[in-house]
Amino acid sequence: MAASTVLNYLPRKSVVHELTGTSKLAFFLLFTFASMITYDTRVLIILMLSSFAIFKISNIRIREVRFMMTFMLVFLFLNNLFIFLFNPDQGTEIYGTRTVLFHLFWRYDVTAEQMFYMLNISLKYFVALPVAILFIAATNPSEFAASLNKIGVSYRIGYAVSIALRYIPDIQRDFHNISQAQQARGVELGKKEKLLNRLKNSVSILMPLIMSSLARIDTISNAMELRGFGKNQKKRTWYMQRPFRRNDWLAIAFGAALLVMSLVITFWDGNRFFNPFV
Amino acid sequence: MKNNSIKTVVAVGIGAALFFVLGRFVAIPSGIPNTNFTLQYAILGLLAIMYGPVAGGLMGFIGHTLIDLSWGGSPWWSWVIASAFVGVVVGLFAKKVSLNDGEFGKKEIITFAIANIAANVIAWIVIAPVLDILIYAEPANKVFAQGAMAAVVNSVASVVVGGLLCAAYAKTIAKKGSLDKE
Repeated sequence: MAASTVLNYLPRKSVVHELTGTSKLAFFLLFTFASMITYDTRVLIILMLSSFAIFKISNIRIREVRFMMTFMLVFLFLNNLFIFLFNPDQGTEIYGTRTVLFHLFWRYDVTAEQMFYMLNISLKYFVALPVAILFIAATNPSEFAASLNKIGVSYRIGYAVSIALRYIPDIQRDFHNISQAQQARGVELGKKEKLLNRLKNSVSILMPLIMSSLARIDTISNAMELRGFGKNQKKRTWYMQRPFRRNDWLAIAFGAALLVMSLVITFWDGNRFFNPFV
Repeated sequence: MKNNSIKTVVAVGIGAALFFVLGRFVAIPSGIPNTNFTLQYAILGLLAIMYGPVAGGLMGFIGHTLIDLSWGGSPWWSWVIASAFVGVVVGLFAKKVSLNDGEFGKKEIITFAIANIAANVIAWIVIAPVLDILIYAEPANKVFAQGAMAAVVNSVASVVVGGLLCAAYAKTIAKKGSLDKE
């Protein structure tokens, strides 16, 4: 079923897998912010190289994550297309010059600045993609709640996240069953039905799903209350939590170093963009 | 009261899972190419009005983050924050609409509709595009066009579908004082 392609953990023997979930989460966040803030091409290239290097040592093969890759490439292409359609001069606005390479039609000129701006956007995707895939593929979902708690998020929220991860496949299966059953009774969601009816029909699928989910909320919260969840405790211990090793500190330090580098180089001259045109 | 806080934790978890499943796998074609009605904001509206702003915000935040991660990118924070905002704003009206007492009359329907439209319009026309411009430096007219589209689609879906869901849910609960002495 489709569930196998979502958030799939691929256990392996590798340096990346042996890191604790906490350091992977911390690294992921530091790295994401580093790549989010900067538009400096030089920083992006450094980040991209480190991101590819980390992917290499994780022993996860590209073939195993092909689905995510393809999806991301399609999305990247569409996003670039829309940026160009809506504003072919965004690059000029940012870099301040206008070097026309060739003219397309109407207001659409292909300019070197626009190409460079879109290259930077694309680089950002390539920077983030391997690390994000790794974060999903190399983190045991059961360890995730413990990691969230460790970096300072309240354990209640950590628990909510782990409940979400635990019940996504169940709810997906419920949804599938309900929608098949309703379709067998003639409830149509596709193009054959009028729009308003489609929305109305979706209610007859969602309603049983809501009711079963509310029942599930009751069951789970009763079970948790019986086990004394949240009773006069500020802290929890986690079964899946592992102690920090040397490599964990190194990973976090590496992430922090990348972030600092990105901040320093990006804001050195007071501009997020590296401008080769002046 | 203790039980309530446990229930909120669980509701956030299950709500985020519902948000994920509906947002990731379910789309109703709207007739306009490349635009689908997604139902996750209808569910988010319903659960936010039942469990309040904190739960609503967290459901939106966690659910949306998981969807983005599952597509294999890093979360698109501007839209994640907007999703959380929808949950918070609808949740703020939770006190006005006591769904768990089985009340969903005209007054509640209007409150629910206003809450959802206000939340979606502000989230997708103001918050998401402005953050897109600040964080990702995308062209202004592109992000506002995307935002306006999302605002319309999500408002319609959450008012129509969410409203029908609320009405159907309220009917399953026996009202206070619904028993008569003969």
